[in-house]
Amino acid sequence: MSREEVFEKLNEVFRDVFDEEDITVTETTTADDIEDWDSLEHINLMAAVEQEFGIKFTMGQIVTMKNVGEMATIILEKLA
Amino acid sequence: MEELFGNDEVGSNMLRELEYPFDNEYILKKAKSLKKALRKEDTKRIEKKIAVLGGSTTHDIIKVLELFLLNYGIEPVFFESEYAQYWQDVMFNEELKEFAPDIIYIHTSNRNIKEYPSVAQGSEQIEELLQQTYENYEVMWKKIEQEYHCPIIQNNMEAPFYRLLGNKDASDIHGRIHFINQLNEKFYAYASTHNNFYINDINYLASCYGIDKWSDPLFWHMYKYALCLPAVPTLAHNVANIIKAIYGKNKKSLVLDMDNTLWGGIVGDDGVENLEIGQETSMGQVFSEFQQYIKDHKDIGVMLNVSSKNEEENAIAGLEHPDSTLRPDDFILIKANWEPKSMNIQSIAKELNILPESLVFVDDNPAEREIVRQQVPGVAIPEIGSPEQYIRILDHSGFFEVTSLSEDDRKRNEMYKANVQRHQQEASFTDYSEYLKSLHMTGTIKAFEPMYMARIAQLTNKSNQFNLTTKRYTQSEIEETAADNNQITLYGKLEDKFGDNGVVSIVIGKIVENNNDYRQLDIDLWLMSCRVLKRDMEFAMMDELAAQCKEKGITQIKGYYYPTAKNAMVKDFYATLGFTKEKEDEIGNTVWYYKIDTVYEKKNHVIKVNER
Repeated sequence: MSREEVFEKLNEVFRDVFDEEDITVTETTTADDIEDWDSLEHINLMAAVEQEFGIKFTMGQIVTMKNVGEMATIILEKLA
Repeated sequence: MEELFGNDEVGSNMLRELEYPFDNEYILKKAKSLKKALRKEDTKRIEKKIAVLGGSTTHDIIKVLELFLLNYGIEPVFFESEYAQYWQDVMFNEELKEFAPDIIYIHTSNRNIKEYPSVAQGSEQIEELLQQTYENYEVMWKKIEQEYHCPIIQNNMEAPFYRLLGNKDASDIHGRIHFINQLNEKFYAYASTHNNFYINDINYLASCYGIDKWSDPLFWHMYKYALCLPAVPTLAHNVANIIKAIYGKNKKSLVLDMDNTLWGGIVGDDGVENLEIGQETSMGQVFSEFQQYIKDHKDIGVMLNVSSKNEEENAIAGLEHPDSTLRPDDFILIKANWEPKSMNIQSIAKELNILPESLVFVDDNPAEREIVRQQVPGVAIPEIGSPEQYIRILDHSGFFEVTSLSEDDRKRNEMYKANVQRHQQEASFTDYSEYLKSLHMTGTIKAFEPMYMARIAQLTNKSNQFNLTTKRYTQSEIEETAADNNQITLYGKLEDKFGDNGVVSIVIGKIVENNNDYRQLDIDLWLMSCRVLKRDMEFAMMDELAAQCKEKGITQIKGYYYPTAKNAMVKDFYATLGFTKEKEDEIGNTVWYYKIDTVYEKKNHVIKVNER
């Protein structure tokens, strides 16, 4: 899966979780950029991303992820 | 009519996504849009204030619980405790008091056990530790009972996710599993001696889900969740099932297909002797186990019926198979014919005097399920899977969640059968009052008694048609009312030669002094179960009410009728009792009065009351 494809899928997940059709995430998107993305919704987001890609993040990865770009990098590593 | 309109607030089209077996991840991901879809429906729901007091994070639990409750026709208003403040909130929080919850759900888990036994401790120390741990909970429950008078839903403790002592952890007093089991036993002892206290069995849920997944430590250390996020819908569904059962929204009756549902094979084609039922084959065993599971539902008050595309004689022959656990007389109605099942199901609902919403239709054939879904909205139709899954799917759906087992529940099948017999006898009489006399009815009409409190509360929540004010009571409110000297309470129980109908009518009235001039009784509640319509039971209740009023020096009774979508049948009820209409407002609320003369002429002549 290419990085672009990962981002495409991530967009779908974000749109589902935050129930907003016009969300588009980029390499540098963080929680500050999306209104409803608080620590509570973060849990759901992680679960939905894991389900979408059929992967599991470790605690260490969840804790250190700084933006969507890093999330994509971890996803690609796991899928490789 | 209690049974006919027991579920009137339930929207007829429930969301399939929220029916068991559901997709937990999907529900979590789509929670927002599911909520929108539920809100879009123009459904009348009952509003309930629910306090969720957690020993761990409850955010997503509330979010998903809301979905399941909306789907059950309950509009929840939530109070959420600050993180892990469950105990403090109950004991000290004024805001909770102001919130005045209808239900308190205490979401604790083994993460809230502060201290476990250590291997160095002796049995006395461990016993003391157990007692201390338990008392923390008991103090809180008692406080709720005294201050809030509302039902409590309390999690038990799930098994721990590791076993220091290995297999010995369960049997040795130093083991965590042993400790948790002992603690749970104490919870159950409290539950068995306190009404209005319901255990939410997360120990069972976690074991079904898999304790390694349920208790994944990541969710505790990252988010302070006592269970993994994907398990949240499983938990919320279970809590919602208890809540809907408390408010009388359980299903009441099963409608079963026969061929490949109750036995393997098609009785009309294969012949009775070739059906797979009994211990000879593995498929036969699966169906036998399922039949026993179905039959046991009679004991918890679920009515059994059949809707099957079959010749009737073949259907009966199938049930008379020597290895068939279910026998023809286990069923109230057997509709074996070639009519569409949707029609049979509608006529079953009609003959039993219940709404389609109270039925669960079980059929192995997806096409039949889909047709009934289209034609008879509201019927619960589980995706039943393959025969070895039938029991799990029906069971985990929670259609018949038991909150209390009343004598009535155990006898319900007999009562409904007796009703069918009564109708047959009725047809043979030309004079209705002769028919009533032939029933040899005896009634018991008395002030509320402890043994009937559960049934009385249940009736106030389920009766909608023969219900003048549609006022709902919890069991503790019923108990308080009964203890109040300024209120008159009456329950009516009716028996006849075909059987015991149980408690079928309730009257509650408040005594008011009118300018010290005369005493008046304001009737807050008058309801009757539709099981006993046209049996003159309402007259017997009136006679007893008048007698009690006289005894207490009450000279006037005031009755109130508040119209709802369901209770038009009692619009003029007070007129039939001889009340005079005093006023009526623009939406049809009416007020009636009745002067009690020194000579009161009894209105009931067919039921013998309080003669035993």
